[in-house]
This record gives sequence, structure tokens and C-alpha cells, in this order.
Amino acid sequence: MSEERTPGFDTLAIHAGAQPDASTGARATPIYQTTSFVFDDVDHAAALFNLETFGNIYTRIMNPTQAVLEERMAALEGGTAALAVASGHAAQAVVLHTLMEPGAEFVAGRQLYGGSINQFGEAFKKFDWHVKWADTTNAESFRAAITPKTKAIFVESVANPGGIITDIEAVAAVAKEAGVPLIVDNTLATPYLLKPKDYGADIIVHSLTKYLGGHGNSIGGMIVDCGTFDWMASGRYPSISAPCESYHGMVLGETFGNFAFAIAARVLGLRDLGPAISPMNAFLILTGIETLPLRMQRHCDNALAVAEWLTSHDKVSWVNYAGLPDNQFYQMARRYCPKGAGGVFTFGLKGGYEAGIALVGKVQLFSHLANIGDTRSLIIHPASTTHRQLADDARARAGAGDDVVRLSVGLEDVGDIIADLDQALEAV
Amino acid sequence: MDHDHYSDAYIRDILLGHRVFAVVGASVKTIRPSYFVMKYLLAKGFDVIPVNPGHGGHIVADQTVVPSLGDIDRPVDVVDIFRNSDAALSITEEAIRIGAKVVWMQIGVRNDDAARLAESAGLKVVMNRCPKIEYGRLSGEIGWAGVNSRTLSSKRPVIGSNGGQQRSLRKDG
Repeated sequence: MSEERTPGFDTLAIHAGAQPDASTGARATPIYQTTSFVFDDVDHAAALFNLETFGNIYTRIMNPTQAVLEERMAALEGGTAALAVASGHAAQAVVLHTLMEPGAEFVAGRQLYGGSINQFGEAFKKFDWHVKWADTTNAESFRAAITPKTKAIFVESVANPGGIITDIEAVAAVAKEAGVPLIVDNTLATPYLLKPKDYGADIIVHSLTKYLGGHGNSIGGMIVDCGTFDWMASGRYPSISAPCESYHGMVLGETFGNFAFAIAARVLGLRDLGPAISPMNAFLILTGIETLPLRMQRHCDNALAVAEWLTSHDKVSWVNYAGLPDNQFYQMARRYCPKGAGGVFTFGLKGGYEAGIALVGKVQLFSHLANIGDTRSLIIHPASTTHRQLADDARARAGAGDDVVRLSVGLEDVGDIIADLDQALEAV
Repeated sequence: MDHDHYSDAYIRDILLGHRVFAVVGASVKTIRPSYFVMKYLLAKGFDVIPVNPGHGGHIVADQTVVPSLGDIDRPVDVVDIFRNSDAALSITEEAIRIGAKVVWMQIGVRNDDAARLAESAGLKVVMNRCPKIEYGRLSGEIGWAGVNSRTLSSKRPVIGSNGGQQRSLRKDG
């Protein structure tokens, strides 16, 4: 390939990070199912432990299968480096562990995946990290929540399940003014539809479990360092800009430059908290990513067809899909993700809570479960499941009211998907 | 020569074609970036000479520090500059004087006057780059740290001669 040619997204999805295996020539990335790696000699061991050279020590910190996944995601998101971890939740915990100190705050859009609302609002309190909620649809509300203790801003690019397309550029401007990094969860969009770095994100997190893996078979999470935040100039993030005790006083930000955040997240956060991804899961997710562009477009096309069909159904009170022209986020979707508004959306049943429960019981092709981004079509009634732990008002604010049904439209024949909903709605 | 962008082939040729690095501004502290670069280049088989006027005679990474480029007792291929951008001009003049083939300025170091001077004297110039990162990138090693190498290849990486967890540069790209 000519040096000057920049590879396209579809090429990166297949090739980035994955040369044939050096010792065997295996073309598919091998599953390095091992806990540990032998050192060449004691000097090599010392060099690895001191971060003087690149290489593998122990699968809790790094693994060659995982590394291919990391480099591929860094390439797809346009970042400098990435770190794979055990789940999307682990990605969020490791990112914030790298940025936060006891007593510190971060600002998050309140229209988030319910699990993130719990993690931020409850679990993180035990670390003395405090979330301040803002309104994802109003960038000014983020500005209002900033205090001298604020260390980061967190949003989802496409909010789950509220159907919100975030004005990332406007929120990034607030983050820049406040001198804090913007963290964007890009799980629902994937870099195929939207690249948050292009709009000012500094750190991107993913649940790989969803569209990237894409087949509903593996849990995983990813942290991408966009290389855009100047940690040394800021001086407010001691994990990166202060001498590091466990590495003989080395300053990670000085040594690793524009990928220092990813290194700090690995050699401090992952090393000490421990949520490593398994090599097998890394392999399965990697295989999924190879077909991401094809799958993601079909998810979007099918979702749009299903959303259009639901709009005219007499038992449906509303359909919230940003791909529909009358949706309040339609223009935002055209701007941020013109290839499609994703494969997940919600709609309302005139019959409310009871109808939601009846519908998930009647479907035959859709699977009733708490995941999204599978090849299979998935359905859930958030009020009775994923968002059940939240108070009524918090549920409604998160876009998970009593009448709400969430679909993750799969890759089946779209006629069969619609026929299944049709027969199930008939019985509601 | 476009110094905002270097082709991988240009960097690879420099790393494959030269063996003796003089590291100007090398720190004697083992937690500084210059130390990491020296250790890495030594592990890859390069001959590395630390240069620092304040620390002549000290030993760092098992190498004896010399006070200036003029004090080096063997031909130097690459002068690697760990100083500020302004200082790069006089170091470049000295690099030309001692017959170096390449002037390499580290990340954050750029001096276009120095680059023009070096190029008109027939030297190659790299600015605002790190040889450790470039070697790691082009050999594929840097991917082990999850770093985006910005390279794609369907060729098998070359295993280094001094250990299983080592990669070398491919001559054919």
C-alpha cells in the first residue's frame, strides 16, 4: 500500500493492529490464552517493569490479543492509543480512577444508560467521587454545573435509551473553557456512525459488548485516548502529571506524551483495580469489528424501516427515533451521524406499563433481554427491568417511563422483524 | 522536504541505515525521557553515546557521558537532540562539523533554520519525533501498549535477534 494513502474505515476495521503472527504466520489474530509471558532475560524483565520497553508481562495488564483490539479501536476512533478492559462499566471506572481524586466532581448528562446512572450516582460515592447532573440536550446546563472541583465532563454521543443525539461540539466547548477533558461514551453510535474526536472529545469509552462485538457473545469495554488533552499544562491530574511512586518517580505525562492517558489508565488503573478483558473475549470482539461497517448500516436501515412502520400503528402513541424527520433530534442526527441514527430506539404504547409487559411476552423473533447491539432483534420494557432501580421521576428523566419499549433492531429480514411486532401488538 | 509529515519509508530508512546515535541533552536521571530512549535504542543494537556538558564522565545506561559532540571518539550517524528548539541550531552546526548523517529533534523540538542548514549540508532531518516511538511504531512493538501505530501490513513482523519479545524493522516495509 502506498505510504501516502490513508486507509478507509472499512480497511481499518479489518486490518488495523493485526499483522500475521510473527512466529507462526497465523493470519487471524491468535487467542493468546495465557496468564504470563517469559522474559528474555533479567534485563528485559527490568526494562518491562520500568516501562522502558514495549512488551508483555501479565494478562491482567496487557495481552497480545487484547493489544490488537486496542490498536484497532484507536485507529477506528482516530485516537493515539486505547485500553481494553472487562466491560463498559470497567472502562468508566478506570477512566475516572485515572482522573479523579477523593472529593473531586465530574459533570454528566443525566440522560444515560441506567447502569451508568447507578455507577456514577451510587458506587462512585464510596470513592468520594461526586457526579453533578446536567441536561444532555442543553450545553449551558453543563457550564452551570462546573465548579473548581470539576475534573471531567461525561456524555453519551447517542443516549441510551432516550434517543438523544448529543451536541458534542457544544459540550466540548464548555469542557475546553473549564480546562477539563470531555469523555464521550460512543457505544450506541460506534465510530462507523460518529467519531467524537472530530467534535472535541478527549477520551472515548465503549461497551464493546454492543455493536462492536455485535453478536451478543462477549462482554468488553474500551478506553480510547484521543491524545488531545494537555495533561502537563493542566497539572490537575496527578496520576499523569506528577511523579509516580510505583515507577520510581517517573512522570507518565512527560515520558508518554500524547498517549500518556492510555498508559496511565493501564499501568495504574487497570494494574491496580484489575478488570482485565479475557483474551477469548478480545478475539470474539475483534472478529465482530471486522464486519462493523456492514452490520451497522444494516442495523440503521432496518431500524428506520421498523420505526416508520410503528409510527402509523394504532396501538403506538409515539416513536422516538432520531432518523424520523419529525423527531426533535433529526437535524442533530443529520449533522452528527448522517449514515444513520443507530439501531436502538424507543416507542410508547397507548396501553402503558401493562401493555409493555404483554408485548415482551408475545414476541416470537425478538428476544426479551437486557442488551443491545446484537445480530438478533432485542426488546425490553425498561421500566420493569433495566431502569427498575430508579425512582419514578429519575426513570422518566432517563427516557424510561412506564409506556416505553426499547428495541434493538437486528439484522434479520426486515419483513420478519415487522411481522413479529405486528402479531405481538395485535395481542396487546 | 515537508517537515510536518514524514513518510514511514523515510523514517525506516534512517533507522535501518544508521547505527551510532549521539544523544545531546541526555539526562543522567533514569526517569527522564532521554534515558528511556537510550535504553530502548541500546536494546535494539544501536551504539548510543550520551552527550551532556554538565555530566562528562558520568555513566548512564552503562554508557559514558561525553561533554560535547566534538569529544566523541568515533563517527556519529545520528545526532538526537533533547534540548529546546532554540538550542537546536548550534547543535546542528556541530553535527555538520563532526560529519553526522542525520539531525533528529525530539518531540516538541523544531528549528526550521537548523533543518535548512543541515539539509543544505547534505544531512537528513527529522523534527518533532521520537526514535523510540518511531522504531516501536514501524516494528509493530508499540501496538503491545495499545498505541495506534498508524501502519497496516499483511506481512509477518520480524522477530528481533536478541529475544522472543523483540521486533525488528522490515527492510521491505
